[in-house]
Amino acid sequence: MKALVALLAGALFGAGLALGGMTDPRVVLGFLDVSRMADGQWNPRLAFVMGGALAVTFVGYRLVWRRGRPWLAEKFSLPTKTKIDPRLLGGAALFGAGWGLAGYCPGPALASLPALDGGLVLFLVAMLAGLAAARRV
Amino acid sequence: MDVLGWTLGLGGGVLIGLAAVLMMAGNGRIAGISGITGGLLPPGPDWSWRAAFVAGLMLGPVPVGWALGHSPIGAPAVGTGLLVLAGLLVGFGTGLGSGCTSGHGVCGLARLSPRSAVATLTFMVFGVLGTFLLRHGIG
Repeated sequence: MKALVALLAGALFGAGLALGGMTDPRVVLGFLDVSRMADGQWNPRLAFVMGGALAVTFVGYRLVWRRGRPWLAEKFSLPTKTKIDPRLLGGAALFGAGWGLAGYCPGPALASLPALDGGLVLFLVAMLAGLAAARRV
Repeated sequence: MDVLGWTLGLGGGVLIGLAAVLMMAGNGRIAGISGITGGLLPPGPDWSWRAAFVAGLMLGPVPVGWALGHSPIGAPAVGTGLLVLAGLLVGFGTGLGSGCTSGHGVCGLARLSPRSAVATLTFMVFGVLGTFLLRHGIG
């Protein structure tokens, strides 16, 4: 049952990324390239995607938490780390740099795999290697 | 103004939000893609829901393609060398920083987590810097 919920949630997530244009790296780079604000060619679409997602999640989480526990688990498994440390800052900086160089964060990259582009497959292999390597640091 | 693009963006965002809420309501979990994927390296006892989420992520764009009348998946915008470098940075960075655009940027901000707020601000700033380098330096 947990897998079924995850499959549905993943599919909704993937559909949202695709509808929002996030599975096209040019749209993402068009947002991060803020220098284009000068000539009116900046693409704010990513901000609409994040804004819509954030609004729904903010309200939805609070409605869900009021129920006390999830349908299929004993309790809510929320992140427990609270410290703002060098791992968080360094990790976010490295991630951001990579995101800005190619226009892929993990979700859109995975959601784009069925197009079977050779370059994207290499990106994903490198991403998984990076994720695995980070566990050893 | 690209009103259609903004509307589709907002609609896509709503679907992503519903996905995050469903994941919390059903499994009590954050819909953080790097965390869900990282938990499969190597697969542990909870591999099935993680793999199911990733499979769903890849299936989701298909009906959107039918509705739009064209594939929503764009080709990579940069060459192979940059894709590999970017992939390493994205994987290592999200692993080290415990989250990406979904886990920190959507779920974490929705939880009002200070850690996620700092992470989101940081990867946004470095994303802008990375793209600046791409467009005006190495691109």
